[in-house]
Amino acid sequence: MEIVLVGLNHRTAPVEVRERVSFTAEQSRKAAEELRSRGILQETLVLSTCNRSEIYGVPPESSRECAPGLSSFLSEFHAVRPDVLGLSLYHHYDHEAVRHLFRVSAGLDSMLLGEAEILGQVREAYRYAHEYGATGPVLNRLFQGALEVGKRVRSETELGTRPMSVASAGVKLAERIFGKMNERSALVLGAGTISEQVVNQLRDRGIARLFIMNRSRERADELAQRFGGKVVGWGEWDTALKVTDVVVSSVSSEEPVLRREILQAAMAARGNRALFVMDLGMPRNVEGSASDLYNIYVYNIDDLTEIVEQNRHARESEVPRAETIVDEHVGKFLSWQASVELVGLVDALRARLREEREAFIHARMDTMSHLNAGERERMESMMDDLLEKLLLEPAQRLRGEKELRRKIQNVEALRDLFLSNREKP
Amino acid sequence: MKDAFLILTVVTYSGSLALYLRFLNTGKEITGRLGTIFLGLGLVAHYFALLERSRGLHTVPYHDLYGSMSLFGWLLALTYLGLELFHRQRSLGAFVLPFILVFFVAAHLAPADRLSPVPARGIAFAFHVTLSILAYAAFALSAVFSLIFLGEERLLKSRRMGSVVWRLPPLELLERMSRSSVLVGLVSIAIGTVLGFVWVDRLRGQFWYYDPKYVITLLVLLLYVIYFQLARSASWRGARASKLCIFNFFVVVMSFTVVNLYLSQSHRYF
Repeated sequence: MEIVLVGLNHRTAPVEVRERVSFTAEQSRKAAEELRSRGILQETLVLSTCNRSEIYGVPPESSRECAPGLSSFLSEFHAVRPDVLGLSLYHHYDHEAVRHLFRVSAGLDSMLLGEAEILGQVREAYRYAHEYGATGPVLNRLFQGALEVGKRVRSETELGTRPMSVASAGVKLAERIFGKMNERSALVLGAGTISEQVVNQLRDRGIARLFIMNRSRERADELAQRFGGKVVGWGEWDTALKVTDVVVSSVSSEEPVLRREILQAAMAARGNRALFVMDLGMPRNVEGSASDLYNIYVYNIDDLTEIVEQNRHARESEVPRAETIVDEHVGKFLSWQASVELVGLVDALRARLREEREAFIHARMDTMSHLNAGERERMESMMDDLLEKLLLEPAQRLRGEKELRRKIQNVEALRDLFLSNREKP
Repeated sequence: MKDAFLILTVVTYSGSLALYLRFLNTGKEITGRLGTIFLGLGLVAHYFALLERSRGLHTVPYHDLYGSMSLFGWLLALTYLGLELFHRQRSLGAFVLPFILVFFVAAHLAPADRLSPVPARGIAFAFHVTLSILAYAAFALSAVFSLIFLGEERLLKSRRMGSVVWRLPPLELLERMSRSSVLVGLVSIAIGTVLGFVWVDRLRGQFWYYDPKYVITLLVLLLYVIYFQLARSASWRGARASKLCIFNFFVVVMSFTVVNLYLSQSHRYF
């Protein structure tokens, strides 16, 4: 009941390699079926995202022995030369594989520390593999544990709470002032990569109205069509700033576009209702002194970057707490695994002792011809009772005592000791 | 049984505080809901604790300072719960519960001597007192909301984001909650004051005679009406209105302390 993991991720493989070994849902199903039919794995789960492709499996025999077969399968399946793939692949076995998956699910192994999408991807991969019957008791337990770790890390630590991009930090800040965005409107001044990201975030949060203002009317029309907004003529500040709550500005201009007088007049026109300005321009689009105006909140690109940086530090400081949760669940999984294996060992031992008893009685009874059939039967039953009595207590203790299971580190050694010595001298 | 309600109230309020703090820290919805449920249970237990205390002392809760404090804490919790449910915002529980707990513990753990029974003063008097204490509780809440608004506004304006800011309610919601709270206070104090005049009129045949408490109560009423009007006006909305709200509560505290203890002839603990 060992576990093997073979895979690659954003740290070990460049995007050119990653895209060649990624799996579609259909491919993961096909891979799982082939791995089973070839006898490489009994249980399989393929986790494939844009940053990683990993195969988790339970091999019929030893996990280390099956790893080379799994690597060659991967290179054959995706038609990638083994020498190209070999450098990028990592192999993890048993508790290391468990820990790796739990860290992945917690967002600790992600490119963006603590990102939330991975948990959904793990859930989806598990749901799909479970649906087509590629998983079994071990991977079911393993992935249920991984989902639990992911949920706990997200609810008990701040690893995934704070915004990690300039765009999301800007939108979250706007929410600190206005609350939900679905009754708010935003004005987009100019266009740039980050402001496009901000607009996407605002739309995701259901912004009620978008106004587009650009020096070039043609460009403004194009943006309005793309974002689903309404064009406002350049310089029509009275109209635009009176009704908007959020301004996203990224105009390339040497001089500040939003001068203090413009904003002062706008604030008077809007009855001093709060105005949030994201100044993403370089040089800045908002005159420095305008940020002192009452009820105006101006954040420039440096302020937002600084917040993202603070959040990154805050997330990093949460890593030890997240690792503790991972450790706890790795321990839980290993304890469960040991209990299943130990109970299996006791059952195997019982079967073995019965066989021995059969052979023993068969050899001895020949020399005891004075015993009749009834007496022989009674003797056999007494020996059975003795075997049951000897095995009952250890079996019960293994089921009930966690600490005992923890102490028994190496189930294989026990198996060797009691079950695999027939041929040995 | 009396001790059982005391313990139960402290346990449920403390549980609610712990859950609200956890909600503030993690943002997990279920924790916030449990905080609200514990607050509700705390309110029920607190009610019975007040009832037991009043029966034990053969008096109404507002007959002495400690009883008034406990009633104030109960009404504070009730008003907060109402506002929380109305505005669907749970992040402020962590700031309000400590006050409720302090008022309850200070009131009920103080040694209570047997007080002389109070003559029955009628329903108008009872409502006068209860509504006035409810108004003060609502004003206290609005001051807490305004303080949080000012802290959050300052952090946002200065672009210094701590870890708590991401969990606090939006500024505009804090303004709305503060205004709602003041509205509750205004309605209560208006009705409470009228009932007070009615009761005095019945007792003495005239509703008005000079007492500094009357003057300061009318001043409080006036100040909160002004706040309520200004809070939505162009030049006052935001931080200025919040400062005014805190100033108004300072006047309420003066009414409770200096005026009650040293100046008023007719009011002692409320």
